[in-house]
Amino acid sequence: MSAIAFPIPDAGILARRDLIIEGLARLLPPECLVTSEDERRAFETDAFTAYRRMPMAVCLPRNTAEVSAVLSFCHDHGVPVIPRGAGTSLCGGAIPQEDAVVIGVSKMNRILEIDYPNRLARVEPGVTNLAITNAVTADGFFYAPDPSSQLACTIGGNIGMNSGGAHCLKYGVTTNNILGVTLVLMDGTVVEIGGEAMDAPGYDLLGLVCGSEGQLGIMTEATVRILRAAEGARPVLFGFETSKQAGEAVAAIIGAGIVPVAMEFMDKPAIDICEAFAHAGYPMDVDALLIIEVEGSDAEMDAMLGRIVEIAKMHGVKTVKESKSAIETAAIWKGRKSAFGATGRIADYICMDGTIPTGQLPFVLKRIDEIVKGYGLRVANVFHAGDGNLHPLILYNCNDPVEAQKAEDAGNDILKLCVEVGGCLTGEHGVGIEKRDLMTHQFNEVDLHQQMKIRAAFDPGWLMNPAKVFPLEGRLPVEDGALNGKAA
Amino acid sequence: MTLTGMHQPTDETAAAELVRQAKAEGIPIRVAGGGTRGGVGRPAQAGVTVSTAKLRGITLYEPSEMVIGAWAGTPLAEIEATLDAKGQMLAFEPADFRLLYGTNGSPTIGAVAAGNIAGPRRIWAGGCRDSLIGVRFVNGSGELVKSGGRVMKNVTGLDLVKLQAGAWGTLGLLTEVIFKVVPKPDTVATLVLAGLDDPRAIRAMADAITSPFEITGAAHLPDGVGGEGARTYLRIEGFPDSIAYRTDALGKLLAQYGALSRLGDAVGASVWSAIRDAAPLAEPRDQVIWRLSVKPSEAPAAIAAITACRAARAFYDWGGGLIWLATAADGDAGASMIRKAAKAARGYATLLRAPDTLRAVVPVFEPEAPAVAALTKRIKASVDPAGLFNPGLMHAGV
Repeated sequence: MSAIAFPIPDAGILARRDLIIEGLARLLPPECLVTSEDERRAFETDAFTAYRRMPMAVCLPRNTAEVSAVLSFCHDHGVPVIPRGAGTSLCGGAIPQEDAVVIGVSKMNRILEIDYPNRLARVEPGVTNLAITNAVTADGFFYAPDPSSQLACTIGGNIGMNSGGAHCLKYGVTTNNILGVTLVLMDGTVVEIGGEAMDAPGYDLLGLVCGSEGQLGIMTEATVRILRAAEGARPVLFGFETSKQAGEAVAAIIGAGIVPVAMEFMDKPAIDICEAFAHAGYPMDVDALLIIEVEGSDAEMDAMLGRIVEIAKMHGVKTVKESKSAIETAAIWKGRKSAFGATGRIADYICMDGTIPTGQLPFVLKRIDEIVKGYGLRVANVFHAGDGNLHPLILYNCNDPVEAQKAEDAGNDILKLCVEVGGCLTGEHGVGIEKRDLMTHQFNEVDLHQQMKIRAAFDPGWLMNPAKVFPLEGRLPVEDGALNGKAA
Repeated sequence: MTLTGMHQPTDETAAAELVRQAKAEGIPIRVAGGGTRGGVGRPAQAGVTVSTAKLRGITLYEPSEMVIGAWAGTPLAEIEATLDAKGQMLAFEPADFRLLYGTNGSPTIGAVAAGNIAGPRRIWAGGCRDSLIGVRFVNGSGELVKSGGRVMKNVTGLDLVKLQAGAWGTLGLLTEVIFKVVPKPDTVATLVLAGLDDPRAIRAMADAITSPFEITGAAHLPDGVGGEGARTYLRIEGFPDSIAYRTDALGKLLAQYGALSRLGDAVGASVWSAIRDAAPLAEPRDQVIWRLSVKPSEAPAAIAAITACRAARAFYDWGGGLIWLATAADGDAGASMIRKAAKAARGYATLLRAPDTLRAVVPVFEPEAPAVAALTKRIKASVDPAGLFNPGLMHAGV
């Protein structure tokens, strides 16, 4: 596999490993410090498994004070740190480096407060996305962003990556659903950002922190918005003969002033894979499937679906299948949300995450097919059609280095295509290491330098998750004068 | 030639050139749009004004993608008319401050973004910053920087878009802004409960907002503020059948608070624009206007604490989360006491309207905790190292 570069481990830091671990051991109880090779191995990669690096040590602090103490120590000793939620990042956002300490938030996993009248919950960063919703479901509430990994992924990771999900067409992504965070900076300073009001004063630091990929600080508490769930929700399956028809139907639905809560697209390979796994009752005789979900009372859902069906018919829909029960609804969403996992059963895959203007859907789908075929590979497409966030899954055999290289090249070509048609490299997974070296396709030097200068306002020494997001070449000098990002 | 007076660049290259010249000459810049919100912030010391008035025009509009982009000086009215023609609108209902400040001119879309200006729909649709998805701006080195773009899901790199929303032009000159937009609702209904005291009104609004009926506006005007008798307004939007169903359901849900009646459409629309623009407090003009953002359930206690100390008139938007308050301009205009009450209500206060002399001595924006203030200064320096843009408008030295 063509290597994504990591910085050369700092020999000086490696040589001081024992001293560093001794220092950390003074700050944390033994059960919060992982040093043995066997146990550290669990932290050497994330869901971007093609790359791995063994960290020096793993800290699992239990509260803000411990996070602050560990960060302050690492800051004073010039040790890079890698923040980690559940390690479900698809872009390598949580992959360590040999001279770094991983700081995991898994022991900070309590829900601290649920406040229905003010529609908020205060939670620790290691709480899983789904645990927040589960804690308020019985009272009719939910936490809106719903990444496919929501059973495992943490709210800390969600904020770090500004995670999305299938329902953000109506409810927005993480940044639209967070009110405040407690953030610990690299030097150990604790900063309260936002809070329980709908607006925060001053610069929108919360907006900056969301999606900063663990480069600005470690979040130790979050205040999230919770919303009252609709009276009911119903997904409906629309099967089309061609992807083009499905894409046009999506544009027509939005053009008609209808914004369903979700509009998910699957092509034929994805339908086959997901149906075999979830037995969701997806139609097998079509080339493209839309899962469109509407919400409201029964009468409201009927009315909205009536209009959607009418539009779908104008675009040649072949099959319309409504969920008739909660069990069917669950199966429909299980199929969609396990698309990545189900694909993993039949082949290795890399998952792309570019976003495109939805008007470009038919053209981009055709080009993706051509690109992947050009490399002699197969692709399955599952994505959020309403907002143009694509997830082409490029299938390959990871034990074949030549094929692996082809898959990576095809992925890069697809992401460049997304940028060329007016979109972006990543809609919800993040840049991490995976797309780091493609950043120059979306941003020019001035754009990247401005981002790096703002990053340095939080972490002047570039110690936080330093190998991510920004290409290693062309980085700005760090504060101590040494050039950051010498590639290995 | 020394830069002075007012400059109106006609494209972003010229805007960047102006900034480079100002930087070379060490001349601070006052950034202006339509000039309707010039009363916001601390009186800024600037040698030259750069107006976006001639940087105008829609750069992108794709109704089926629900996205619009425009040069920063484009009048808001032009944006709204363009969207309206295709049955769409900005989701966050931007406020118009002309009545509050007694200004003329035409509000610009760039200033809406820079001020993060949202109206009553904030509780349902998010703030301006939630709809803003792309910006281009000139930084303090005279470089053109872009962040975000035209697609609504984008996590590529640091989100400088959000950072610009609410920075009031202190982090550069916005040249282009891109928003996601939403379909205009088929029908809008304004429902009203009469005669509730503040605490009960806040509870009624919370009950409504935490129902499944998608409340897009929730405001309470106490007796004597903008009319006789206390009025608690709720707004729902949707297809006619859905409105009928939800009105009925809300009436049952809120029965303990009295009868829920529906206003005529035109009256309802004027109620929401008045609330949006803080119209009930615009007069008398010699009073200052505070804007408090608080935890909704704590809002009545905040008002009670304030009015126990000094005469003030106030009303609530955002289900209590936003308080508009008018009081006399004497002394510090209540600053220390109002800020204490806002803090106790888990929020903060902004002195939105006051004479220049007062805004020069009373912090207009909420003073920041030391750690946040340090970050603010470092961020400002990373974008605008020479401190050219609207110096001191938000905080002294920023």
